[in-house]
Amino acid sequence: MNKCTERIFNGLVKENPTFVLMLGMCPTLAVTTSAINGIGMGLSTTAVLVMSNMLISMLRKIIPDSVRMPAFIVVVASFVTIVDFLLEGFVPSLYDSLGLYIPLIVVNCIILGRAESYASKNPVLPSIFDGIGMGLGFTLGLTCIGIVRELIGSGMVFGFQILPDSYVPITIFILAPGAFFVLACLVALQNKIKRNLANKGKKVPETAGCGEGCASCGNRGACSGHMFLDVTEEKKNEKE
Amino acid sequence: MGEQIQNLLLIAVGSAFVNNVVLSQFLGICPFLGVSKNVKTAAGMGSAVVFVITIASFVTGLIYKFILGNPNIMGGELEYLNTIVFILVIAALVQFVEMVLKKAMPSLYNALGVYLPLITTNCAVLGVALTNVQEGYNILTGVVNGFATAAGFLVSIVLMAGIREKIEHNDITESFQGTPIVLVTAGLMAIAFFGFSGLI
Repeated sequence: MNKCTERIFNGLVKENPTFVLMLGMCPTLAVTTSAINGIGMGLSTTAVLVMSNMLISMLRKIIPDSVRMPAFIVVVASFVTIVDFLLEGFVPSLYDSLGLYIPLIVVNCIILGRAESYASKNPVLPSIFDGIGMGLGFTLGLTCIGIVRELIGSGMVFGFQILPDSYVPITIFILAPGAFFVLACLVALQNKIKRNLANKGKKVPETAGCGEGCASCGNRGACSGHMFLDVTEEKKNEKE
Repeated sequence: MGEQIQNLLLIAVGSAFVNNVVLSQFLGICPFLGVSKNVKTAAGMGSAVVFVITIASFVTGLIYKFILGNPNIMGGELEYLNTIVFILVIAALVQFVEMVLKKAMPSLYNALGVYLPLITTNCAVLGVALTNVQEGYNILTGVVNGFATAAGFLVSIVLMAGIREKIEHNDITESFQGTPIVLVTAGLMAIAFFGFSGLI
């Protein structure tokens, strides 16, 4: 498989930011009240991710190592501002429903994580495809969660009535608590799969999207990559 | 004057309880899940967030009033720089606060210091700064809103840590141990916080 398609496969399946790495949980919980919001948020993030990966990869030999984080943040924030204005101008309805969460793409750990772990070390073309893959993976994740919440919470998918009228919608699923419940089930499912893999002696995929693993990262407490660390560490302790 | 105070109180209660930053706006989820294992660290993290958000909303309020939103500079058309300027200011501010605390108030630094670097990436800080601008709050209202939002964070993270200490020894289905049960708890807390929506 050539490098570019490998990157897309990697983002969509192997290191899917929502289902495997569990990054960017704030937007995942907040905007998935409907499938269409999920797609909108996912595609906006993809656009920012592709552009910032491209620019950071181009500048990777110019940016001094000691100030790389502020430099990355400026690059990402500029693209977020552009996307913010484009959405406001061309898709006002989506802009209204996503609201505050569009500028908050800046602090989405997927974007800085990819900049840090991939784009700043690799040439331009693979970085672009890495951005496309990760972004589409994130879009896929948000859309799936959005579909589940919209279906249970209002009986509709993409605004079309799917379930019969006799179905009484469980409205709580499109409200804030529903997000927590759906995510809880998702993480539980993932824990189960990981435990099965670990019991069979297969390699458990790392959850950190920032490359190095969480133990050495100064940002550990504020990042969601450590969510599963407990499980993997526990397994290690059991073996010892 | 009385009306103004009433207005501020309404905003404060609104952002601390009704639109709780974690449980209904989902900002700052990461520290909420990551640093809520025991009440003491949760309280430390919460207080650090209160400290930083209050200062950050004051500073970003000043910057917006006198530079970005000032009609005398570039005809007040610098608003598009909000996101970029705010995130950089917040990142620099956290570093600065850390240095000042270390030098001037070592005891406070010992209590909050370890949490400060973690807050830069906390989306709640940027979220509050942007909300203040979007809602057109003046500096005082902005600071009150920031403080109340952070107080809401403190309340919810301490409550969560208290609950987590209790459920630690419970017999939970294997797959739900760890993060999933914390998320379920957060969901139930979010339902409980719906009760506050009648306040305003």
